[in-house]
Amino acid sequence: MKIGVFICHCGENIGRTVDCPRVAKACEWLPGVDVSLDYKYMCSDPGQNMIKDEIRKRKLDAIVVGSCSPHMHEKTFRKAAVDAGINPFLVEIANLREHCSWVHDDIDSSTDKAIDLVRMAVEKVKRNVPLTTIEVPVTKRTLVIGGGIAGIQAALDVANAGYEVVLVEKEPSIGGHMSQLSETFPTLDCSQCILTPRMVEVYQHPRIKLMTYSEVEKVEGFIGNFTVTIRKKARHIDEDKCTGCGLCITKCPTKKKAFNSFEEDLAYRPAVYVPFPQAVPNIPVIDETICMYYKNGKCGMCVKVCGREAIDFHQQDKIVTEEIGAIIVATGYKLYKIDKKPDDSPIKGYGEYGYGKYKDVVDGLQFERIASASGPTSGEFKRPSDGKEPKKVVFIQCVGSRDESKGFSYCSKICCMYTAKHAMLYKHKVHDGEAYVFYMDIRSGGKMYDEFVRRAIEEDGVKYIRGRVSRIYEKDGKYIVRGEDTIAGMPVEIDADMVVLATAMIAQQDASELAQTIGIPYDKYGFYNEAHPKLRPIESTTGGVFLAGACQSPKDIPESVAMASAAAAKALVLFGSDKLEREPVVAYVNESLCAGCFYCKKVCPYGAVEVKEVKDRNGVVYKEVAYVNTGLCQGCGTCTATCPSKSVELAGFNNEEIFAQIAAL
Amino acid sequence: MKLGYFPGCSQTGTAKEYDISLRKVVEKLGASFDEIKDWTCCGATSAHVTNHLLANSLAMRNIMLAEQQGLDDLVAPCAACYNRLVLSQYETITHPEIKKEVEEVLETKLQKEIKVMNLIELFQKIGTEKITANRQVELKNMKVACYYGCLLVRPADITKFDDAEQPTSMENLVALTGAKPVDWNYKVECCGAAHTLARRDIVLDLSKKILDDAKEHGANVMVVACPMCHANLDMRQRAMKREYPDHKDFPVLYLTELLGLALGMNEKELGINLHTVEFNYKELPSEKAAV
Repeated sequence: MKIGVFICHCGENIGRTVDCPRVAKACEWLPGVDVSLDYKYMCSDPGQNMIKDEIRKRKLDAIVVGSCSPHMHEKTFRKAAVDAGINPFLVEIANLREHCSWVHDDIDSSTDKAIDLVRMAVEKVKRNVPLTTIEVPVTKRTLVIGGGIAGIQAALDVANAGYEVVLVEKEPSIGGHMSQLSETFPTLDCSQCILTPRMVEVYQHPRIKLMTYSEVEKVEGFIGNFTVTIRKKARHIDEDKCTGCGLCITKCPTKKKAFNSFEEDLAYRPAVYVPFPQAVPNIPVIDETICMYYKNGKCGMCVKVCGREAIDFHQQDKIVTEEIGAIIVATGYKLYKIDKKPDDSPIKGYGEYGYGKYKDVVDGLQFERIASASGPTSGEFKRPSDGKEPKKVVFIQCVGSRDESKGFSYCSKICCMYTAKHAMLYKHKVHDGEAYVFYMDIRSGGKMYDEFVRRAIEEDGVKYIRGRVSRIYEKDGKYIVRGEDTIAGMPVEIDADMVVLATAMIAQQDASELAQTIGIPYDKYGFYNEAHPKLRPIESTTGGVFLAGACQSPKDIPESVAMASAAAAKALVLFGSDKLEREPVVAYVNESLCAGCFYCKKVCPYGAVEVKEVKDRNGVVYKEVAYVNTGLCQGCGTCTATCPSKSVELAGFNNEEIFAQIAAL
Repeated sequence: MKLGYFPGCSQTGTAKEYDISLRKVVEKLGASFDEIKDWTCCGATSAHVTNHLLANSLAMRNIMLAEQQGLDDLVAPCAACYNRLVLSQYETITHPEIKKEVEEVLETKLQKEIKVMNLIELFQKIGTEKITANRQVELKNMKVACYYGCLLVRPADITKFDDAEQPTSMENLVALTGAKPVDWNYKVECCGAAHTLARRDIVLDLSKKILDDAKEHGANVMVVACPMCHANLDMRQRAMKREYPDHKDFPVLYLTELLGLALGMNEKELGINLHTVEFNYKELPSEKAAV
């Protein structure tokens, strides 16, 4: 075997602490090495050409490059090797920069170490086996989980590019939190007005299959080849027959039985309902828990009034499976409530603000509903307890957010902006009203964002007080808000008619369960983790699963939309070719050695190990062995380390190769 | 039931009646105290603002003595003592390096984890059913504002026996006597504590707000579990009257005194006559008259 060694100086990065010519010279004498050279920038065109020329001229079988980390330039040198006619997996990188020159300063000893590193790589490359890339087919359909603004945007982008989309939403209507908002910052345009056209577009799109009131139950398979099981919950109304006339809703006798969650519990709804008038699809749902029919078998008023015979009390949940190539997760957020939490919960409630017992201490989304023209007060500012117009409103920022003692260390990012918006909306309608904002810092980074906050302060006269509120209590129908003005260095007390809390954005309650279903990592708060915080912010670490919107971290509308379009683009990249190529660095099982203990199956973090039956010539199963699904395997090597009989090996990193490397030391 | 007792300095001076009533009530409920021999300062205020090691060593010295006396539980009726002891214990348990330092100062190894109890935990330990069983007078004319102050329930993560912001454990005890706890706003606010000497104006302001809120919510008596709070809320009412001429006397009792009354003892036995603001249960308007 003829091996070429190429030592890179990386300018001064390696050259300053490693005597590269000496390394090259020492390696000339290693067994199997035919040529050993050094060069200032091996990744440059002349450097690569040098490698190619040597391979061709000397008919080299394999090469070792002593350079930076394989993360940086392994691809470059493999490509050069392929151009010169050798298998890319017969290229080894000895990391002389991150593992040597950058972490040492003594030139003599680091040069010795560099020689050792190259020698190890030479011993490995001698045993390397040529490998070929694996090709897997791609199903060109996308699953979007969550029908908020992020899910809607992602679905529309993928569908408009010509590919099919399945959009799954757990609520009866799409629209998400954005449909609850009154106006949006920083332009104060009406949220519904800009959102509903998108919702309708989704509903009418020929390539979008909309599944509302549905949840993802199981995700199997791998990038390009997922099989997804979806539970379509029983609406008890036939979607094909219902015209959305709403007669069943108006006639339902259970008028005020349940809180309307769309109105953030500020209003009631009957047993048969649509969340809001512009719901998409405009098909009601029957709530079994309060419907009279399910209690005593009587009533049936909706059946009587429905002209289309669409009511079906006996409808069951349906299980649907879909073949999917890419998944976009856009499940959004939930707003933190200040009520008392269980003692063992990492999240604490706000006893100092009354644990939510004061009716006129509302959260941001409740205030959106009060401000909204379609809300329970028809857009007039009335406080929930007695319906009076509040003349003094106190807004408190960072409730939960940035408060380690309450269980959150992060900033919810959007509250500074929406609090300014709330105060502004209030002042626009209640001219003689006073608005106070307690803040820690104002974080209004974004186009026209800081200008917006200044407008609230300067034009609308909202009074900003820098400091925290230590307590809220009720006194004679007023809410005494006691806090500190840290700029004046004085305690302040405000007798407010109403208090609005900008509570933290938190992950959905079932965020971690869904993450486990899909197989994506999440942080301690339940937000989904991106593959790289800077360079891969859209992808999850699982191939073919992308993230959009507030399920990844608190985000406002423009950011969610941008991320959704980026996620759509990522899915479209995947659909750009008919087959996926992936590195052949996967585990494989020696079936004759495998004893079938399946320890490997237990430890595999990707669920890539399966049970395979081995049959004799009569077709009788005589043993079960492990089998690695190469589509799912990420080449982490955990199974290799676990296997007691050494019958699982990782291609490109098998035991023989690794032991030879160690022995070379 | 034998319980370790750490009186603390107040019990021997300004809060003598707290000590008297506590011992009598505990005896009546069938438990007895084993006072820590040669106890010293808990390290409150002066020590813990001066020197961390000094504060921890003072507190842990008393816990060490309890350990040497073979006790498992230690009652610290003063909220500040309780707070100091619990906090120092927490620090030595969670920080081995602090424990090592303290052990060097004390020239002893700390081995046992002695349960330090405040007044409320004490009665929970003795058994609330014993209060009901021994009750001789139903204090139905009393409408009580239970005042916790700042030190009894905080820091929430360390004291852990009740909610720091909306506590209810004292109300539960008071209800056993037949008295009616009222819902009010100032039960965990600060009374001004040790500022009573240097900045009396602050204490008068804070303490008056506490008393006023109790009155506004229909209370006719306040119950406390801290000698410092009692000093500010009771003893400072004379100065309060000079500062705020419209101020009307408002009786402030120790929780133990209230329990003592329910257990059939009279005001004098319990030392209530030592208070600045006089209190006599018989002089309270009867519940019917009030309606």
